[in-house]
Amino acid sequence: MPAEFYYGVEVFLNGLMAGVMYSLVALGFVLIFKASGIFNYAQGIMALFAAMTLVGFQEGQIPFAHLINAVFGTEVHHFGWTMPTFLAILFALGMMLLFAFLVERLILKHLVNQEPIILFMATIGLAYFMEGFGDLMWGSNVKRLDVGIPQGGNFWIEENTAFLGGEEFYGFYLDTLDIYATVIAVVLVISLVLFSQYTKTGRALRAVADDHQAALSVGISLRGIWVIVWAIAGFVALVAGIMWGAKSGVQFSLSLIALKALPVLMLGGFTSIPGAIVGGLIIGVGEKMFEFLIGAPLLGGATENWFAYMLALMFLVFRPQGLFGEKIIERV
Amino acid sequence: MLYREVGEFKTSYAADQQTFPISFDKIAYFIALAIAFFVVPLVINDYWAKAILLPFLIFGIAAIGLNILTGYCGQVSLGSGGFMAVGAYACYKFMTAFPDLNLIICIVLSGGVTAMVGILFGLPSLRIKGFYLAVATLAAQFFLVWLFNKVGWFYNYTATGQINAPEREFLGIIISGPNSSPEAVYLVCLSFLTVLALIARNLTRGSFGRKWMAIRDMDIAAEIIGVNPLMAKLTAFGVSSFYVGISGALLFSVFLGAVEVGEVFGIQKSFLVLFMIIIGGLGSIFGSLAGAAFLVLMPVVLKNVMVGSMGWPVDIAAHFEFLIVGSLIVFFLIVEPHGFAMLWRIIKEKLRLWPFPH
Amino acid sequence: MKLKSLIVGAATALTMVSPAIADLTFPNLTYRTGPYAVNGIPYADGYADYMALLNSRDGGIGGEKINYIECETQYNTEKGVECYENTKGEGSLVYQPMSTGITYQLIPKATADGIPLLTMGYGRTSAANGKVFSHIFNYPANYWVGASAVINHILSLNNGNIKGKKIALVYHNSAYGKEPIRTLQELEKKHGFKLSLLPVDHPGQEQKSQWLQIRREKPDYVTMWGWGVMNPTAIQEAANIRFPMENFIGVWWSGSEGDVLPAGNGANGYKSLAMHNTGSDFPIYADLKKHVYDKGLAAGDGTSSGQVLYNRGLYAAMLATEAARLAQKMSGKANISPADMRDAMEAFSINEAQMASLGLPNFAPSFSVSCENHGGPGLAAIQQWDAKAKKWTMISDFIKTDAEVINALIAEDSAAYAAENKIKERCG
Repeated sequence: MPAEFYYGVEVFLNGLMAGVMYSLVALGFVLIFKASGIFNYAQGIMALFAAMTLVGFQEGQIPFAHLINAVFGTEVHHFGWTMPTFLAILFALGMMLLFAFLVERLILKHLVNQEPIILFMATIGLAYFMEGFGDLMWGSNVKRLDVGIPQGGNFWIEENTAFLGGEEFYGFYLDTLDIYATVIAVVLVISLVLFSQYTKTGRALRAVADDHQAALSVGISLRGIWVIVWAIAGFVALVAGIMWGAKSGVQFSLSLIALKALPVLMLGGFTSIPGAIVGGLIIGVGEKMFEFLIGAPLLGGATENWFAYMLALMFLVFRPQGLFGEKIIERV
Repeated sequence: MLYREVGEFKTSYAADQQTFPISFDKIAYFIALAIAFFVVPLVINDYWAKAILLPFLIFGIAAIGLNILTGYCGQVSLGSGGFMAVGAYACYKFMTAFPDLNLIICIVLSGGVTAMVGILFGLPSLRIKGFYLAVATLAAQFFLVWLFNKVGWFYNYTATGQINAPEREFLGIIISGPNSSPEAVYLVCLSFLTVLALIARNLTRGSFGRKWMAIRDMDIAAEIIGVNPLMAKLTAFGVSSFYVGISGALLFSVFLGAVEVGEVFGIQKSFLVLFMIIIGGLGSIFGSLAGAAFLVLMPVVLKNVMVGSMGWPVDIAAHFEFLIVGSLIVFFLIVEPHGFAMLWRIIKEKLRLWPFPH
Repeated sequence: MKLKSLIVGAATALTMVSPAIADLTFPNLTYRTGPYAVNGIPYADGYADYMALLNSRDGGIGGEKINYIECETQYNTEKGVECYENTKGEGSLVYQPMSTGITYQLIPKATADGIPLLTMGYGRTSAANGKVFSHIFNYPANYWVGASAVINHILSLNNGNIKGKKIALVYHNSAYGKEPIRTLQELEKKHGFKLSLLPVDHPGQEQKSQWLQIRREKPDYVTMWGWGVMNPTAIQEAANIRFPMENFIGVWWSGSEGDVLPAGNGANGYKSLAMHNTGSDFPIYADLKKHVYDKGLAAGDGTSSGQVLYNRGLYAAMLATEAARLAQKMSGKANISPADMRDAMEAFSINEAQMASLGLPNFAPSFSVSCENHGGPGLAAIQQWDAKAKKWTMISDFIKTDAEVINALIAEDSAAYAAENKIKERCG
């Protein structure tokens, strides 16, 4: 088998991993859309804010340091202590829980029963707000995220597969971080699915996703469910923020990962958790294979962005609600 | 007391169906137009033109275009940035290929080109609905930006891919290029906005508008009563892209003068125009202009207040700008979910009766 | 008090009266927020601190205080135009937009308004041709010089023969990133190496495909034209695929602390181009400490002091203020106008003795500007990152570049601009 074929397989495997990274981001969108019908434009900013909070706690940064210095003329930056990673993650989770609570209290409560596009706009306002707030709180310079996950190509896999393709093939390159991300994503999805199927709160979540008024009438606290959903979405955002932030540092561009998750959502359906994973895998493989086979040699590269959307579009033409989405039943 | 409607009876169908049936409204509108056309050019300077008025006028046109598609016809589109890019590049090609062609005609022609591109990318809307349709348009957005970056023909094979608007005159006055005066560019954009807004108002009040709104409300029912969904959706895409293309052409030729497609027509533009119409009010021409004014002016005013007058450091001011704009958006949505247009409508209704309560 | 200032602020925001000008106005179009903040912040700090130093230590330039205005653009073209229009009425002497997109915007506008533009190592490279671009200066170096410097460094590592070697360019898919392509293609013909182009879409957070391709093709050298998050991501990916970092050379905008620190030890050995020397081992830092930091006038929080981009900010401010000083001498008045500034920039020259007296000995090459050549000497050096010591060190002197190829390209590109915009050549 020529080396080209094995390189193709390598691109395929890397595409799967990239897809997993996209799905991590898409999961947050799906959770919130399922439970409250809102397309949460702020999910990317939430991932950034969660990652910034984690790093801030880890390094003992003083929140709002820049603002305090500007107003009072002081020069404070750090508390002086550092926190172990595990504790910092817990605190960051607590912060996202508080965030979910405040969002529900201040925004969602007032906008019950509005049209989806109005709720979408509210999340846009929230995104703007969090962008400014996050930068004020933790500063807009780049921060290094280190939670102990190793990076770099996995030597073991590389060396042990180098025999396959002859001289031109150097072994499969799989990033260790991506492998960790895959495992974590699988665990996350399984636990989310188990949660929604087998626990009381999970059932309440599905009831709310189905019909708000019916859920209210059987006594489910709509507002409580929303707080829980946004908190879980915040947790997922934190995981996504950690995975992406470990690759390139925690800075503003991290919030742009949400754009990569959009084709995943479209393809997999807005309301399905397994759909987010399968959609992510298809998009990841599709765009990487296209770039490898056609984009780089024939079209000069950088085709991934638009091809992901074209791919989602092609799927949608045949299945307008996405692969796993709820069938749109139109009543006249 | 402001509205004196006593004695206002319409005696012909034409009078009954005019855009501003209440004469107070009509007079106020003409006064506003007179101020805009005759008074403002006398007091305008470069900063007011370039930083406040031109962005408002240009994005107002884009917002009206998107509102026709999303607000009146219900098709969510996130491709406005890409379509503005089509308008800009089409204008550039017309300007450079036909140096003697009048700039106004170039701009209208580029609107036409964009309309055709818009119809092409609107074909999936026949099958895909709702937020999912935003994908097709996002595909258009990213594909068009990549295309204009990649294919040398669009930017006349310059080394970096940036396009520059050469100097053009209209009736002896320079309206593009660096030597154009603020009054000239302001009047060009204002004229375009006035004409296009009038056309949009009448389109949406007529049978086209009714067809679009029927599709938006319940497209299957519309089909049953005889509205052709293919024609309605494609005409919505076409007209909307025409407007968005003209706004892109104006942005390039008259306002910025030099454009790099990835930065100026990226996805943030698409989102910005969508935000404008949502916060201004879907399905309303006034709403498009109000939303454009809010999202264009608010950051500039905030910046001038915070940095200029209160002397805050620029980055803190920038962060606060986001904070304030975000909270204002949420605040206005809670107060009036249907946008500024609805607020304006309610205020007008109350004003018509004031000082009586009902 | 706050409320009152708020009301006053709101009132004056809408009047925009420009104050009476007695100072020398230096505007700075910065981006301390947004996707490029990580690179914009240290540069802005350096620029601001140098201005504060001159005001605090010397009382300004030639007795005139410096009026330093910062305007936040977030690297956005429209905000850049707004900042320009906002500040040009205050007698701004020179603009340094720090963004290729905004520069292209401002080239015709600033020329029409008579205000010079200094685009140090970025912007439109062909603006080096002073015959066409009367108000645009891009000394001391430009992108095509950078591309040639990379090739010359590679030549020096290979005894002058790189025929058949593979060189890859990883570039930001924008006007900025595409700048060196033409030059590299000309040099490819001249020296016989094989060039492969790998564009990276904005913002550059995802570069897996490009680096897998590099891993497959195994180019001998990789050079990068990146900015913002693209830089640390690329360096991390290069470290991941175990590409030999000493064969990875970035342009001067891909060689600062913010780019290499996130990758940790993996970035050890990474090289980049340099326009000027690195580190804080210069007498000016003692002055900065005494007159700026200790007096609480520093623009940032002190973390960017000594960084590569901070030094670049100092350098940019130094070039601007020295040109202002020359303008005062040439025009005979202290309160110079933008036209005086332009004339001084065209007659500008700086040498080692001058820079040493300013506290920056052995910092940058000496050069002089002429009417035809607004682009400086065409020299660049190479610096290398030591991840353990967390320092950049210069590993070469300032390298000469291929003036023949570069000048031909400059002439061609500026002629096209002149034809398109009907500009007559000047300089007699």
